[in-house]
Amino acid sequence: MYKILTKKILNPTVTQMEIEAPLVANKALPGQFIILRVDEEGERIPLTVAGVDKSRGAVKIIFQIVGATTELLGRKNQGEFISDFVGPLGRPTETAGVKKVCIIGGGVGCAIAMPVAQEFHRLGAEVVSIIGFRNKDLVILEDEFAACSDRLFVYTDDGSYKNAGNVTVPLKDMLEKGEKFDLIITIGPLIMMKFVTLTAKEFGVPVTVSMNPIMIDGTGMCGGCRLTLNKDGKKETKFACVDGPDFNGYEVDFDEAMSRGRMYAEFERKAHEKTCRLINGGK
Amino acid sequence: MTIEPKKHEMPTQDPLVRAKNFNEVALGYSAEVAVEEAKRCLNCKNRPCVLGCPVNVNIPDFISLVKNGDFEGAYKKIAETSSLPAICGRVCPQETQCESRCTLGIKFQPVGIGRLERFVADYHNEHSCEKPEISQKNGIKVAVVGSGPSGLTCAGDLVRLGYSVTVFEALHKEGGVLVYGIPEFRLPKSIVKKEVDSLKELGVEFINNVVIGKTLTVDELFDMGYKAVFIGSGAGLPKFLNIKGESLKGVYSANEFLTRSNLMKAYLETSQTPIMTGKSVAVVGGGNVAMDAARTALRLGAENVYIVYRRSMTEIPARREEVEHAEEEGVVFKLLCNPLEIVGYLNENDPRDPKNGFVTGIKCNKMELGEPDEKGRRRPVPIENSEFMVDVDSVIMAIGTSPNPLIKNTTEGLSVNDHGGIIVDEKGLTSKVGVYAGGDAVTGAATVISAMGAGKIAAKAIDEFLRDNK
Repeated sequence: MYKILTKKILNPTVTQMEIEAPLVANKALPGQFIILRVDEEGERIPLTVAGVDKSRGAVKIIFQIVGATTELLGRKNQGEFISDFVGPLGRPTETAGVKKVCIIGGGVGCAIAMPVAQEFHRLGAEVVSIIGFRNKDLVILEDEFAACSDRLFVYTDDGSYKNAGNVTVPLKDMLEKGEKFDLIITIGPLIMMKFVTLTAKEFGVPVTVSMNPIMIDGTGMCGGCRLTLNKDGKKETKFACVDGPDFNGYEVDFDEAMSRGRMYAEFERKAHEKTCRLINGGK
Repeated sequence: MTIEPKKHEMPTQDPLVRAKNFNEVALGYSAEVAVEEAKRCLNCKNRPCVLGCPVNVNIPDFISLVKNGDFEGAYKKIAETSSLPAICGRVCPQETQCESRCTLGIKFQPVGIGRLERFVADYHNEHSCEKPEISQKNGIKVAVVGSGPSGLTCAGDLVRLGYSVTVFEALHKEGGVLVYGIPEFRLPKSIVKKEVDSLKELGVEFINNVVIGKTLTVDELFDMGYKAVFIGSGAGLPKFLNIKGESLKGVYSANEFLTRSNLMKAYLETSQTPIMTGKSVAVVGGGNVAMDAARTALRLGAENVYIVYRRSMTEIPARREEVEHAEEEGVVFKLLCNPLEIVGYLNENDPRDPKNGFVTGIKCNKMELGEPDEKGRRRPVPIENSEFMVDVDSVIMAIGTSPNPLIKNTTEGLSVNDHGGIIVDEKGLTSKVGVYAGGDAVTGAATVISAMGAGKIAAKAIDEFLRDNK
């Protein structure tokens, strides 16, 4: 059993927790993920590590309530326990040789982008961050990004907070003005990562994307997290859990990944409804 | 005395009933039938059956004890060399091991050794309340990586020799392939739990949710005071055919499909883990894993389940009994068929159609058998213009695995072969001092009993190594 050390509601659908898992805290690097199970009947879900505090053996996770499992997790309180917590899994984000980086986070993906931005900042790279949300109520981690970025752009789709538009607007603007980046790292919805990649490609800037597909074991055994890379016209199957989760955005087949992500959409919708009914006493 | 020419039948659940439930298929011998079957053993002098067993169970001796009605004595006899008899009695391919060497088998059907082993182990589990003898501890720590058959065997042997053994398991439950891979209807999980619990009683410590190679490395285990490490991390990444359409929704690796059902219990109403079983399912492959996947699909409600295998029934690698059970339950064998492409739904007018990207069929061509390959199996050759389509909404790839690179990548000085399997000597020693390995991590996908055999050999070698290094 793994203890919930702290819990903080970041916005109506996004929650932050610190879980006591000293072995994971000791090892986790930015870009890596964990797999957890809330209870004995629970499914295994992957979540990217949002930070660690080695001295307290704490691993920070930030999650959006989207389905039955995240609903159950969100209902847990500080001091309570979850059944399982394993990691760190996947490869850490490559940071070598990058002097100037653009970090682009979308929605809850900002939670994953944040430790990556902090790491580049710590390493002395120039960090330009762009974070985007649907609206004002969903904005998270703005102060944290401000603290580790040389420049920060905050965008909302509906313009209800700061700049209006999606994250590709300031990116394109900077690139058109001739600004150079060694690397763009983007983490968020697949559709956003796809368009960031397309924008970056126009200007020939390398892009790393962080994939978060459906998976079970997270150690390479099940193959459920597979995705297709197009390498010089040749297709290659990769497993996000052991080969990723970071991939070269130019190579990822985003359309296929989006399709695969919807495999259990119907099941998840029903399970979420059922969980909500159970929690709300059969209403 | 005349000898009964046939093995006593194994009572089973009715095929039509069992194809709809996850309860165990084979029900086991009664004491009377076990004694009668034991009487068929000739107790021959040269005991060829013992050599056919990877852990050399003293077969004629335990069968003699069964014949005399001393079932507990028979259990003790088996336990001298085998750690997991209730499991082996159920999942060993006896027809290619002990029973294939049986002298009686020359003229008649061989003695039902596996069935007797299972009977004896079940009898013991049901009747014995003897507490296991706990050995005097020698204070030396040994780490075992993985709690599958090789790890459990190695841990069991070492704890009996007095070592303090810790087993590190990557998943949330102990048992490895015995819990995530082999289905409930073939190996009830209560039996695996019993074996794990008895090791815990002996003092073996299990730590779940630790991925060696990630959470901790092999070198860190030595830093933590472990004096030797056994790697029994099992088979690894599932293989795909690299044909078109393998990323469509409804295509699973057998590992994923079986893990969802067995480990995550997706077949139970209470489980939060989803599983997709269509009305019609094609399972590609002919091994035990393919049979397990096909029979699981039936139990999850599929109406048509096909085994698509590119050779003929003669070459099929699955246990005879699994093939027979699958056929009785209604699995259709499409033999000498080779998949070319998996086809999916695509509504060109509506990219948002929710049916887009789901499997609708598998395109195959017919094969014929040509010359034998290096293993002596006749090579399948495609027949020209023989393409045909099988309408399915789910495809399960059961064509094997390639070794997992996690430990290799994080353990300096650990040599692996071209296939990624860890290289060991005849005692299970790897290229790194104090590090031993066995089971599928070494051989690639093989059997439970061969993994147990490797765990046993390594335990003995670890004991010798640690005694020399005191």
